[in-house]
Amino acid sequence: MAASPILSARHVAKNYGAVAALKDASLDVAPGEVIALLGANGAGKSTLVKILTGAISPSAGEITIRGNRFNVSSPADARRAGLVPVYQEPSLIPDLNILDNLKLGSTPLEAFRHWLSELGVPDVDLIELARHQPLAVQRVIDLARALASEPAILLLDEMTAALPADLVDRVLDVVKQQKPLGRSVIYISHRFPEIAAVCDRAMVLRDGKTVGDLPITPGVEEEIVELMLGDAIKATKRAFATATVSEALKPRLEVSHLSAGSKLTDVSFDLRAGEVLGVVALEGQGQDELFEVLAGMTPPDGGGFSIDGTPCRFKHPADAIAAGHVYVPGDRAEALLMQRSVRENIAIPFHTRPSQWGLIDMAAEKAKVDAAIDRLQIDTRAQGEVQRLSGGNQQKVTIARWVAMGIETILCFDPTRGIDVRTKHQIYPLLRELAAQGSSVLFYTSELAEVQLACDRVVVIFNGKVVDQMDAEHADEPTLMRAAYGLTADDALQQAAQASASEPVV
Amino acid sequence: MTTVSDTSNNWSKALRTLVRDYPIIPLIILLLGLVVALEVMRPGIINERWMANTIKFAVPLAMLAACQTLTMLTGGIDLSVGVAATISAFVAASQLTVLGPTGAILVALVPPLLIGLVNGVGVALFRVHPLIMTLGTGLIGTGCLLVYQRTVIASGSSVPDFLSWLGTGLTYGVPNSLLIFVPLAVVIVVGLRRTGFGRLLYAVGENEEAARLAGVRTWQVLITLYVISGFIAGITGLLYLGLIKAPSLSLVEPRVLPSVAAAVIGGTSIFGGRGGYSGTIVGALILTVLATMLTVMQIPEGTRRIFFGLIILGVTAIYVRITQDR
Repeated sequence: MAASPILSARHVAKNYGAVAALKDASLDVAPGEVIALLGANGAGKSTLVKILTGAISPSAGEITIRGNRFNVSSPADARRAGLVPVYQEPSLIPDLNILDNLKLGSTPLEAFRHWLSELGVPDVDLIELARHQPLAVQRVIDLARALASEPAILLLDEMTAALPADLVDRVLDVVKQQKPLGRSVIYISHRFPEIAAVCDRAMVLRDGKTVGDLPITPGVEEEIVELMLGDAIKATKRAFATATVSEALKPRLEVSHLSAGSKLTDVSFDLRAGEVLGVVALEGQGQDELFEVLAGMTPPDGGGFSIDGTPCRFKHPADAIAAGHVYVPGDRAEALLMQRSVRENIAIPFHTRPSQWGLIDMAAEKAKVDAAIDRLQIDTRAQGEVQRLSGGNQQKVTIARWVAMGIETILCFDPTRGIDVRTKHQIYPLLRELAAQGSSVLFYTSELAEVQLACDRVVVIFNGKVVDQMDAEHADEPTLMRAAYGLTADDALQQAAQASASEPVV
Repeated sequence: MTTVSDTSNNWSKALRTLVRDYPIIPLIILLLGLVVALEVMRPGIINERWMANTIKFAVPLAMLAACQTLTMLTGGIDLSVGVAATISAFVAASQLTVLGPTGAILVALVPPLLIGLVNGVGVALFRVHPLIMTLGTGLIGTGCLLVYQRTVIASGSSVPDFLSWLGTGLTYGVPNSLLIFVPLAVVIVVGLRRTGFGRLLYAVGENEEAARLAGVRTWQVLITLYVISGFIAGITGLLYLGLIKAPSLSLVEPRVLPSVAAAVIGGTSIFGGRGGYSGTIVGALILTVLATMLTVMQIPEGTRRIFFGLIILGVTAIYVRITQDR
């Protein structure tokens, strides 16, 4: 850092009420430098990005651009100051053509065309509506537009996620071309190979603090993983003995070569009766699509899955539920009727079929609902409307619904996200209990420590594929983190290739 | 000092809770207030005959408003009820001489059921917005009615005696239309609270995605709903025929928007998921008393309508404010 930094952030913090989303983040970017910004889920990465791009203002700390105070209160201010972001989701207005989209930001057309051809898509029809362009092309257009505005600092947030490999290479090339032009890039990605290819330095966040600022050298990945984990990685004590799942038992759910959308490319695994199978993945690696397909919300594009040996093709969540295969979404608001009572929320699955539309046996319903409330220890002091319950209790209601109905497989997508610790420690034993009674639990979690607290085994998904499977015993946080960043990806892919090569053709 | 403000705070809080949990209470108070105001304006007007008359006109309005309440609970609306009801009245009146009273009444219910089915298919399967869908089927129905009207002119029309008895007759001073209305109201009120179908209307209206995730095939619910709405509209048409005794194209149409108003005043949210039928019944009574009041005041038609609109807006605004928390 010989040159004076173009962007400098010092001790930036952001509080939401009593909650500190960011505690002490510092960052220096020199002209022509490419910086990787890294951090595990909840480390404060997205908060820092929001502050830098003007979406929110910091509670404390100082940010300067070219030595001037960075006083931005809106994304437009940030752009004027020379900081231009490109996100994973396209930011073009879908119902305008590309040219009109460019005019909105007064993007110089010549420069835009130049970067477009550098990115390998020179012949985009500019008077075509943005939404008619393939998603990958829309992202590239976003990037070309950002580059054409000659930003002092370009912020790429997961820009390459779900981009085809050839386009990723082009993007990396273009990022490298910024260096001699004296433009800086803040590069956010989960992919170490990309970081190694273009970045000069890595800035690591953990628990809202900057914990490391290190040059990219071969083998630095391990060091970065250690930094992201910190010293909170004492092996979590398991509160239960791993269920004795007989390997010989036929798996309940067999997923083979499932693909859907642009993110889920090829996932295969087995879920056995009586086990809790963890799923670990970084944001946006295809896990959302996996759960949606298994829950019958969207049809798969390729591959398939079978339950107890029978191939299944769900057209509606009702089909999945009829097969005893239920889904608890990550977003509670998606599953709940916020204005209705706890009782009605738990009882919806009882009345779904037209044959169940008649008079309700209120006493029988109450008995079933109360049993579920008891079992999950739901605090019913505010049961008149679910929206008055705490987040943890709301989450319990989404699970209680299925416990009351009786199920064989439960798909939980990050059920402990954003709920209090006490409730979390009620949910783990509950999942164990369901498994002990013979149900199968598929449990996606964004908190790596939960794998050892609740699961028997775990599959790790990276880039739309299963890259690792292991017993929970061995799945400590460092191992999972490495796997989640695809650091064992090559080995796993090789193994998979060998396995499929040796498989007899049916 | 503190105790005083605390008590008054507690009182207002208790009042708010009461109003929120029993939203029908302020509506009944408003209704009684209007009746008292009417009596003050024109002493002696409130008697048995006036009450019977008010009920006679409020009942069919409340039935049309039942269609609005049920569809609004799912976030929809049914603007085709006016036409559905009118068609049913026309068919009953023209087929009486051909099919006899029972046959005429049964045949008269077929077109409104069909309109409901088409509405349901459009809303549920083709995802047409209910406002547009029911507006469209309403217009198509009006067109068919214009054609059918010639048949009526050719064959003549008469009102089945049973329907006149039901629409205008009194038994011991009580309107006979209550014989239809009370059972229907009980079925709807209980149905919304105590049947699986009723629960699903609220579920679909509040969060269709959540209902779907819980295994509800929402299209089944919506088609059934709009068919039910058509059926109630058909019966209402027959009741209007018995009440007004002369089928015309404008038999029910002018009551469609008041029926929406009755449901809204009654506390049913036009965005779905919130409301109930008992409020709607009181809403229909309020609108009927209000109409009488404005007539009694002997003000010109234009001014009357302006007042009517302002009062509906005012009542709704206040009501929404006091019943919703925060």
